[in-house]
Amino acid sequence: MIRISKRDGISAVLSVAIRIIAIIAALLLCLIITYLFTGRDPMRVISEMVGGSFGTTKRLWEFLQRTMILSCIAVGLAPAFKMHFWNVGAEGQMLMGGLGALILMKFCWQLPSIPLLVLMAIVAIVFGALWGMVPGFFKAKWNANETLFTLMMNYIAIQIVLYFCTIWEGTLGTVKIGIMNGKSGEPAYHKGWIGEMFTGNFNDKDYMWLVLIVLVVVVAMWAYLRYTKQGYEISVVGDSVNTAKYAGIRVNKVYVRSMAISGGVCGFAGFLAVSAVSRTLTESTADGRGFTAIIIAWLAHTNPYLMVVFAALYTFMELAGKQMSSAFNLNDYYAKILTGIVLFFVLGCEFFTNYKVLLAKKQKGGAAK
Amino acid sequence: MNAFLSFISSFSTTLTFSITFGTVILYGALGEILTEKGGNLNLGVPGIMYIGAIASLAGSLAFQRATAGLAAGMGALYPILCVLACLAFAFAASMLAGLIFAFLTITLRTNQNVTGLTLTIFGTGIANYIGGSLGSVGTVRADVTSDAVKAYISPLVTSLDGLTDKFNLGSLLFRHGFMVYLAIVVAVLLWYFLSKTRTGLSLRAVGENTATADAAGLNINKYKYLSTCIGAGISGLGGCFYVMEYIDGLWETSATIGSLGWLAVALVIFATWKPMRCIWGAYLFGLLSWFYFLVPGLFKGSDKIFQMLPYLFTLLVLILVSLRRKPEDQPPASLGKAYFREDR
Repeated sequence: MIRISKRDGISAVLSVAIRIIAIIAALLLCLIITYLFTGRDPMRVISEMVGGSFGTTKRLWEFLQRTMILSCIAVGLAPAFKMHFWNVGAEGQMLMGGLGALILMKFCWQLPSIPLLVLMAIVAIVFGALWGMVPGFFKAKWNANETLFTLMMNYIAIQIVLYFCTIWEGTLGTVKIGIMNGKSGEPAYHKGWIGEMFTGNFNDKDYMWLVLIVLVVVVAMWAYLRYTKQGYEISVVGDSVNTAKYAGIRVNKVYVRSMAISGGVCGFAGFLAVSAVSRTLTESTADGRGFTAIIIAWLAHTNPYLMVVFAALYTFMELAGKQMSSAFNLNDYYAKILTGIVLFFVLGCEFFTNYKVLLAKKQKGGAAK
Repeated sequence: MNAFLSFISSFSTTLTFSITFGTVILYGALGEILTEKGGNLNLGVPGIMYIGAIASLAGSLAFQRATAGLAAGMGALYPILCVLACLAFAFAASMLAGLIFAFLTITLRTNQNVTGLTLTIFGTGIANYIGGSLGSVGTVRADVTSDAVKAYISPLVTSLDGLTDKFNLGSLLFRHGFMVYLAIVVAVLLWYFLSKTRTGLSLRAVGENTATADAAGLNINKYKYLSTCIGAGISGLGGCFYVMEYIDGLWETSATIGSLGWLAVALVIFATWKPMRCIWGAYLFGLLSWFYFLVPGLFKGSDKIFQMLPYLFTLLVLILVSLRRKPEDQPPASLGKAYFREDR
């Protein structure tokens, strides 16, 4: 007879150990599956997996770049999740931020670099914040279900971005706003690109700016949630809305404000994706990362530092899958299968950190212990 | 008058597209309603539809190869057998996907939103992985699905054509693949099950207030597992219909099934969890998505704006529903919550 009971608390060592065991089990399963698909030597598979992220300097920068964008979105979700507000709208908030940044890139490129970038960031944050505030407002005002609301906002954002991609498309038929800005030699050349600010010649190392900027965001969010009055209000609302009301916290205001911050940071991630990485905008600029970030933010229990760790793990799996698919001639979607498997395991192992499973023996009196 | 007639004719063509399009999301939404009535919010619908799609395609391919010898002997019955096998593959594979979700959320009590999104990633991956590899293997005689059944009803359709071809109504009403009509039957059955049977009432009780239902002696796990798995199976048929009929048994590696899956989730809200409302809701969503077809070249990119309308309508419904607070329009009260008996 199996009996399940809730744990009162769990030691840090045990909770880390359970997760590591789950990740190792998942990786083993991935290895076995890859072995079954390809029949390759498992050691070769492992070396390709690791090589996907760390094989060459270029891949390492790719790994860092992807990890950082994903971390930035996840960190944006932290304030919403901490107050138990299911913001599943990061995809849309990020796209709107990207659109905001791109509008300035397109029309205000005459400005000097630094003011242009600052303006782009501000507009991106405002666009994202507005996209986040709408569901926050309706939740506060009429208690509209925020999961479903934010989900729908994503697709409205995608269609808006698709619309602008159509009317501004670079080459006819691509539905993609061409690489902004300008071709070599044109006056608009590379205006509004992060990474060109100081070196003047873009290469992978310029992702360093992205890494630094996102790390600042991570630390700032950690400090905001932990040390400010607003951060405290968020955690009280998250624990119990009634307690918050009784303590005189204006819950509606906290909803709208936190969603503005949440959406703003996601919008900022959109700005980074446009300005520091792709230099263009399509409806797949977010590429499902808004949804992936939800899983990461949730796994990290709203701890911004842990989000970077989980984002790195996810990116590692993604690149490992990509590398294996090119090395073993599998198709690109192989990466998604592997990341899915790892996430299932990491999710499932949460159970063992929250509950104890006891194998209770039947005693003489018949009562199970 | 001629302009009017041609408008009616093109309108009914658009409507025909809308119905086909709507049927894909109708299956997705009906399955999700069954799941959500049991209190489980499964955001894995796009992934499940992907899995249903690839299972029907790859399954049919394997099945038709394995039974090729039977084809001559069975004559006209063989296509029907293929159709049944195709549906069975889609349903079974989608139920398996639902089982992953059910095991994680019900037994291991993981968060439903997060698990659903992971299932979407996983399903998209596995379907496109297999689908992408199928291209080099060969194609399926997938036209079998609709044509097999059409052969039986074509005399009826032809006799009606004389009456209706002025307005092109024949193709609007009678020329669809059988799965279009099956979807309506499923919707009616689901309505009957949820509102007229005792088991349906119990399922709704589980979704509304799990603890009370538990105290009343209902087997919570059984209800939740079954509603999630069967719901996933129905949703998967949407993917099957899409790949076998909408795009004629090919595999296209694109995000289309995914976005249709999200549209299905939207439709559940739009229909306020009512199967019958889902039917016209699905066709309306289809009409909105194809509306740009009716007024071509309105302005550049107008199709993108029109395709936004289903989501906007859903948002409006969501706002209206929370504004009016009518109890029969609300989401199931325990939607999205994990249940543990010892929790207080």
